[in-house]
Amino acid sequence: MGCIYQTEENPHFQYVLGLADDALILGQRWGEWLSKGPTLELDIAASNLALDLIGQANLLLEHAAELEGKGHTADDLAYLRDAHDFRNHWLVEQPNDDWGVTTARMLVFSLYQYCRYEALVKSSDAHLADIVAKALKEVSYHRRFAAEWTIRLGQGTEESNQRIQRGFDMLWRFVPELFETVCWEQTLADDGIAVASGTLQDAWEAEVTLILTQANLSVPKGDAHQFGSRHDGHHTEHLGTLLCELQFLQRSYPTASGAVW
Amino acid sequence: MADDWDLYEVFIRSKRGSSHKHVGSVHAVDSRLALESARDLYTRRSEGESLWVVAAKDILASDPLEGDALFGPAADKIYRHPTFYEIPDEVGKM
Repeated sequence: MGCIYQTEENPHFQYVLGLADDALILGQRWGEWLSKGPTLELDIAASNLALDLIGQANLLLEHAAELEGKGHTADDLAYLRDAHDFRNHWLVEQPNDDWGVTTARMLVFSLYQYCRYEALVKSSDAHLADIVAKALKEVSYHRRFAAEWTIRLGQGTEESNQRIQRGFDMLWRFVPELFETVCWEQTLADDGIAVASGTLQDAWEAEVTLILTQANLSVPKGDAHQFGSRHDGHHTEHLGTLLCELQFLQRSYPTASGAVW
Repeated sequence: MADDWDLYEVFIRSKRGSSHKHVGSVHAVDSRLALESARDLYTRRSEGESLWVVAAKDILASDPLEGDALFGPAADKIYRHPTFYEIPDEVGKM
């Protein structure tokens, strides 16, 4: 995969911010299931997943804020940035749609996140390594949860099979972005801080193929996609509406003006 | 959707050495997913370190109407209770 984006201001900060934003935005998406889950059991499972991810985002954003060195807090970064300053992958900002799409996304992403965190446990950024070591246990459960549900829905009824297959088909175009390695990320990886995303693809593909096969699902074809967009601040329209909800309270009643939540 | 799901009873062991205690139930498509749901519902606050799930339909329960016949006879046999012994503190929980 070619190397794009030659320069980036404070790449170390951008990298950790990217990890944080993925967790924050996906956590918010899981939070949207609250009170709407297919069953009581899954409703609580959804909020557990949301809390895990938002907890990770909190730690990562605190670290990012330190690396940025501009006096921001984790809350500032979460609640006061606009869409074009977010560095999450397009996959995580896509709407939940139905349980099939949500589950397909969780499988794709948690397998990816697991590979990424597993590599980052050895990061020379000791603070980052600590955060991901803790998060790895959570993500390890997330991928198990997603795999179990992918298999149940795939092997379930004709309708459940179609719905989960539709989820993978819809989201597959967001997969290549997960594995693009931008130049500054490669430099960070050479320094032992980051992991070059491209190196994770083979392990990820092997695992996802295994689970989809077991679930009687087909691995979607086609590679229509867009590279590098998030680093330029480009997102799909869905991030804006997600942030409206996420940031509403802080924007309307800023703590800076003395409001106490 | 959950109408055709089975009911599973959930048991948790809070720490090594103690026994599993019944804590509640979950609905699930199979025992494996029942275990996942039980983890999500009942161990959120570090309640345990081991989980059992048992399909409720596999549990044979005593009939409440037979309560007298089954449990009544034990009521007047206080000599079966080891209350006449003092248990040393060192023994701990029995």
